[in-house]
Amino acid sequence: MPVIDISLAVLLLPLASFTILIFVGKRLPRGGDWLGLTLLTACLGLSFAVLYQRVGGPLAADVLRFNWVDFGDVPLIGHLQVQLGFAVDNLAAIMMVVVCLVSTLVHLFSIGYMHGDVRYTRYFAYLGIFTFSMLMIVLTDNFFLMYVGWELVGLSSYLLIGHWYEKKSASDAAKKAFIVNRIGDIGMFTGIMILYFTFRTFTFDDIFAMMAAGTVPMGSEAWLTAAGVLIFCGAVGKSAQFPLHVWLPDAMEGPTPVSALIHAATMVAAGVFLVARTFPMMTADALTVIAYVGAVTAFVAATIAIAQNDIKKVLAYSTVSQLGYMVMGLGVGAYTAGFFHLSTHAMFKAGLFLGSGSVIHAMHHAMHETHDHGDPQDVRNMGGMKKVMPVTFLTFLMFTLAISGVPFTSGFLSKDELLAGSLAFGQTTGHYLIPVIGFLVAGLTAFYMFRLVFLTFFGDHAEAGRAEHLRESPASMKIPLIVFAVLSFFVFWSFNPFGSAGSWFADALPRPESVVPATVRAADAAEFAEAMHHAHVPTIVLSLLFAGLGILIAFLTYRKKSINADAVAAKFPGVHRFLLNKWYIDELYDATAVGWTLATTRVLNWIDANIIDGLVNGTASWTRAIVFGYDEHRKDTAISARFFLVTGLVVAVLTAWWAGEWVFSLENVPGGWFGAGVFTMLVGVLTLFFFWSGAGGFDRYVVDGMVNGTAYLSGFFGLLLRKFQSGRVQTYIIFVLMGVMVIFYLIR
Amino acid sequence: MMQFLGLGILTWITFLPVAGMAVVLLLGKDNKQAIRWTAAVFTGIQVVIAALIYMGFDRGMSGINTMAGFQYVEKVSWIDIRSFSWFGNLKIEYFLGIDGLSVLMVILTALISFIAVFASWGIEKSLKGYFALLLLLDAGMMGVFVSLDFFLFYVFWEIMLLPMYFLIGIWGGPRREYAAIKFFLYTLLGSVRMLLAVIALYFSVSVLDPATGEKVHTFNMIAMMNPANFEPGSLLEGVGTTWRYMAFIALFIGFAIKVPIFPFHTWLPDAHVEAPTAISVILAGVLLKMGTYGILRVSFPMFPDAAVAYQIPLAILGFVNIVYGALVAMAQTDFKKLIAYSSISHMGVVILGMAALNTQGMTGAILQMFNHGTITAMLFLIVGVIYDRAHTRGLNEFGGLMNQMPRYSAVMVIAFFAALGLPGLSGFISEAFSFIGAFQAFRWIAIASTIGIVLTAAYMLWTLQRVFLGTLPEKWKDLPDINGRELFMLVPLAVIVIILGVYPAPAIDLMSSAVNTLVDIVNAQGAMALIGQ
Repeated sequence: MPVIDISLAVLLLPLASFTILIFVGKRLPRGGDWLGLTLLTACLGLSFAVLYQRVGGPLAADVLRFNWVDFGDVPLIGHLQVQLGFAVDNLAAIMMVVVCLVSTLVHLFSIGYMHGDVRYTRYFAYLGIFTFSMLMIVLTDNFFLMYVGWELVGLSSYLLIGHWYEKKSASDAAKKAFIVNRIGDIGMFTGIMILYFTFRTFTFDDIFAMMAAGTVPMGSEAWLTAAGVLIFCGAVGKSAQFPLHVWLPDAMEGPTPVSALIHAATMVAAGVFLVARTFPMMTADALTVIAYVGAVTAFVAATIAIAQNDIKKVLAYSTVSQLGYMVMGLGVGAYTAGFFHLSTHAMFKAGLFLGSGSVIHAMHHAMHETHDHGDPQDVRNMGGMKKVMPVTFLTFLMFTLAISGVPFTSGFLSKDELLAGSLAFGQTTGHYLIPVIGFLVAGLTAFYMFRLVFLTFFGDHAEAGRAEHLRESPASMKIPLIVFAVLSFFVFWSFNPFGSAGSWFADALPRPESVVPATVRAADAAEFAEAMHHAHVPTIVLSLLFAGLGILIAFLTYRKKSINADAVAAKFPGVHRFLLNKWYIDELYDATAVGWTLATTRVLNWIDANIIDGLVNGTASWTRAIVFGYDEHRKDTAISARFFLVTGLVVAVLTAWWAGEWVFSLENVPGGWFGAGVFTMLVGVLTLFFFWSGAGGFDRYVVDGMVNGTAYLSGFFGLLLRKFQSGRVQTYIIFVLMGVMVIFYLIR
Repeated sequence: MMQFLGLGILTWITFLPVAGMAVVLLLGKDNKQAIRWTAAVFTGIQVVIAALIYMGFDRGMSGINTMAGFQYVEKVSWIDIRSFSWFGNLKIEYFLGIDGLSVLMVILTALISFIAVFASWGIEKSLKGYFALLLLLDAGMMGVFVSLDFFLFYVFWEIMLLPMYFLIGIWGGPRREYAAIKFFLYTLLGSVRMLLAVIALYFSVSVLDPATGEKVHTFNMIAMMNPANFEPGSLLEGVGTTWRYMAFIALFIGFAIKVPIFPFHTWLPDAHVEAPTAISVILAGVLLKMGTYGILRVSFPMFPDAAVAYQIPLAILGFVNIVYGALVAMAQTDFKKLIAYSSISHMGVVILGMAALNTQGMTGAILQMFNHGTITAMLFLIVGVIYDRAHTRGLNEFGGLMNQMPRYSAVMVIAFFAALGLPGLSGFISEAFSFIGAFQAFRWIAIASTIGIVLTAAYMLWTLQRVFLGTLPEKWKDLPDINGRELFMLVPLAVIVIILGVYPAPAIDLMSSAVNTLVDIVNAQGAMALIGQ
């Protein structure tokens, strides 16, 4: 079977899972969880088949294109169509396996974890739509479907974060995730519009081919950089890069397996995938922006992770930090390393989250049995879990070693390549801040992860009475942990534990040729590879040094207790509070963007009701006052008699004044008695008119006269109109008819 | 041309509701079930005819400014007064026909009217009068979309006004009389301006009368689109003259009030809040589209010079509608008022797309007219469902309905996400094309307008959270879930929203050749005018 057909099957099976479960899932035995798991396992098998067929073969993608919309023969352009399609290259094939693998194992894990949940079936259905949307991002060959998948994973994320929507915090988090992502998305959408403006196609290959031939968007290289940075904005939202990272920690309100699947392993990696996809069109400036955003994100999140006490929050910030790493890697030009880290990280971070889920599951049950209403996710309530949960502990330790970059793990391989890339970038461009941050974050990562391990699994349990109620999780939860732990060993990724050069992964994903004009192109691939090669050994030494230091300090502080963490925190209370409160970024946004928007809505609402509508109603009131008079017994005349007369006089004087001025300037008559005469007469006439109409004259004589004179019209809808004495629709119609006659006569 | 009993298919689809009205009026006042079903049957047949029109529609024919490009054409002399004392011959034709611009609107009108009948099932107060007026309204709306004689167009435009006035004014909420008269006067104000332009056009345009061989004035819209038909020395002759700009503005105000375009929008929230559900559905689903349809059908092809000259102001109005509508919507606490303001915001996308004056933008705009019709109809039905049960629309009084009314919530999720432009649902496609078209014409306004995408998501999700998520207040413990009749109204709309969201080609194929012709007219003639200046 052709690769593309198998891939389409992989794409559509999760959609089938969603559709079946959402409509008939509740009637299926066990709520249909087996259906989701079976279909996903099939996906996994098929995606392995695709990877097997592709790796080692030619790099060119397998493509399927179709016409989606036909605009016909467009003036000035010619025949215009919107072509969409799917393409499987090695990038897509590897990502497809990552997505399906994590998704399948999360399905399996969820069977145990979500057991007895109120919306069990719907949960599995949502996992299906998520996997479908994610695969859409992976398999598409154009920006349009990329954006479609992009927003659809946003939807699945919204639904899953808000799974327990009875909790305000959960529905708040879901809403926040969607809106913050949308902010990034409008950047991405604008970037797509820039590209479409020039190329009139959404397809990556076509756009890149035209760029390689020398066309740049809107004729300027600055717009090319802008397009790159704007598309990267989408990644900033989805991959939780600074400053849009705020939604991801809140997203931990969702069920823990969801955190593993969506908010750690796959969806958040979509941003990194997008950068990888669009890598050829990124200019040197765009890549530098990307590298700095990634580095800042990695650093900010790592510092926050140190001070958190909620096990999932630590992992969430760790995810943000690692995503920053990957983005930084792509930004410095270490394309293969960035994506390599995405793949290895997906395994051990999914494992970490599922491991934390296993711990929380145990804590939750134990607390339930001891009638403890404490927080099952707070590490200060844990400790000593090693003894009761050996499988969870050992796998968790494996993941921690991998994320800290200890040799013989997958994390070591990818992180090392990444740091070597950043070092090479520093050497070739002089941006040394990036490798400095890179190594610093490596140390911080090792520190906060081992802090977590020591606090959770070592020592004695915080509540002695609870310890006996703690249980290891069931097999359905242990199997995924074991699989992920095994996959965190180096051997699956590269046979050489100290370098991934020449591994299947590196061969399958060479850095693609840049298509941007030579003047704005980043360092040449060969030159960069050379620098990276030289940076390899210093990187290993430095990264081991930093990671070892981090682990050592964590060991001394939280295991040996020779450093008192509380004392250190007390010594720098400002710093501690700053980190504990996540750099006050949420508070900043609430005070500025959110606060200002809400204030604006209130102000505009007031203006709408009082000024814009006030003008409308004011016109109506005046018209009524003039036509019907100021009779205070009439309810529909809102203006009091005195007010009406005074303002009527003022209006008469003003109108006459202006009229007089107009007459003088127009006729160029030099002042004199003529003007004064006109002025006085106008004042008199207008005032008289206002008084007369104010007394009801106009209504009584002119309007009623007309109404009676054309009584046949009021008979027309007489039956209905009897209910509308005050509406006077007839009057208006007569006015219109009169107007028409006059206009007809004038224009003819 | 399809015919039945000697009458063209467009005559049938337009006047069937009038026949229905006659039947309703003949029925006994207390025969409520019969009245309801009469209305349902007649509008149902209308839907069938619309389907026939859709199937028989030739996708290749362009329409707009060539007589031959129109389909299902019917043309007979209607009013022909020779030598009227002071302005010569008065010749008005009964001239119907559709092209790619109107066919989607015809389908939408039939669909929404049919659904509105079922949404009116619970009306108790003088049922007979209600359904008679509803059917008359239906005929008026349909007439606007099929007529090609400007006088006829204007007649239908005004015919629709009266039933709407009474439907809001008699069957509406507590402030119904205020809302009804506001709607009526405001629209009348607009149509009077439109009438000025119509009369000016009438006296400027003349065509050769084949029977007598002399030049006669005409209300034929297609003739008005041909610059060669403007009499030398007449008011609107030439390109880019002040009078032409004034006529364009007069027409524009007439149409803008209907859309409604800021700052002429304040009648809309009042009308929506007071109107019964079915009328809100029609108001948002069909009536608002008449404004944008008028701009596309009349203003652009007749005044391409003015269209090009006022492109940027129009785009700015689109931007203001999008952002202002969304911001004010966010401040509302009344569910229905919020949806009304969201309508203003969504119609801004139509303005933005059509102001682009290119194929992508206009395709997006017309598609958005149709999609907004279906999506907002769903939203108002959803508000109606909850109002029927709880007798309140306060957003802050609800919560947790997701658990209490699961089927209702499922439909609601589709409508809400369609309204906030989620890909895979129809609203996204039309918004995306409108923006893409707009970006090619005026990039900064288009970029600024994308802020609306975020704001819409914000107020929609906030509303969803306040009404459907969280915990259920004690007083709503007995709210029943959506019933079969309500599902019958909502599900077809949801299906359309999903189908057009995944594969919009069936709708786009209908309009593409008309849109390309329109773009060509505007660009060729409009650009000429600019060079001439």
